[in-house]
Amino acid sequence: MGFLSSNRSGITGRFLHSSRIGILIAAIGLAMMGFGICRGEMAAVMEKAINICLECIGIG
Amino acid sequence: MDKRRHGIQALWALLTNSYLLGFVQGKIYKGKLKSLCVPGLNCYSCPGALGACPIGAMQAVIGSWNFKLTFYVAGFFMFIGALVGRFVCGWLCPFGLIQDLLHKIPFPKKIGTFRGDRVLRKLKYLVLAVFVILLPMFLVDFLGQGMPWFCKLICPAGTLEGGIPLVLLNPSLRGALGWLYVWKNVLLLVTVVLSIMIYRPFCKYICPLGAVYSVFNPISVFRYRVDRETCVACKACADACKMQVNPVENPNDPECIRCGVCKKVCPVKAIR
Repeated sequence: MGFLSSNRSGITGRFLHSSRIGILIAAIGLAMMGFGICRGEMAAVMEKAINICLECIGIG
Repeated sequence: MDKRRHGIQALWALLTNSYLLGFVQGKIYKGKLKSLCVPGLNCYSCPGALGACPIGAMQAVIGSWNFKLTFYVAGFFMFIGALVGRFVCGWLCPFGLIQDLLHKIPFPKKIGTFRGDRVLRKLKYLVLAVFVILLPMFLVDFLGQGMPWFCKLICPAGTLEGGIPLVLLNPSLRGALGWLYVWKNVLLLVTVVLSIMIYRPFCKYICPLGAVYSVFNPISVFRYRVDRETCVACKACADACKMQVNPVENPNDPECIRCGVCKKVCPVKAIR
């Protein structure tokens, strides 16, 4: 198994280069999505997305 | 590799824009899927769009009178970014596919890099901060509502995917056209012309979604690794990279869109 090209070394480097931090951040992201959904953010997205966005198409 | 990637890009673009009735009636999809974000830059006012553009969604929540912070969209960015980083740009973004195809149009002098190229690439972070976050958050009306300033003033994807088809298909919208529509079409035209000369100029210099995902490139679960024991330092990967990344120096450069060209051209298969 080859090693990874980077200047980082030590515990921080090993941590950053493992997949664990990626998985951890993805899990935090999922939790944040859940929190956002619970406080009703999806409704705000829905409201904007189901109506023609005049700003997006260059009219509003 | 390019054909396979373009096939997947096209398939994903079709899948996420498969509300064909919208293209017939000049209307947009209004079903429940619309509250879900898609990973790439895909205008939710495209007649075929089944999901929400995450950049548009972020501005919608930040600009709403009752939220201002968005855990849903920020969490979505963290989830997708931490799993695959800018793989989304290379494989799952419809506007990336359009730029890829435009760059295949022959042009006498294609531009690889130029003086100020690397500095100009920082512009997308400024666009993200100013037009996607700060302006919708702070420039608000008397009700406390902010506008989607990136969509309104910059996004050429919205013009191409939403503005042009809707105006062509929906006569009631034609009467409302003004200077903003002209401005956005000029920006789209500039993007199209530049895309023929430069590989993915919008992704490199402007796209706030690319800016978000680029932050996650070094730590994403899916990322490249270079085996230095195998690498013969021939620089074939760096020469082949259209994003001007040197994978041997930094295989997870924020500019890498994981297109896989470097892996393909490596004579000793040192990039994994």
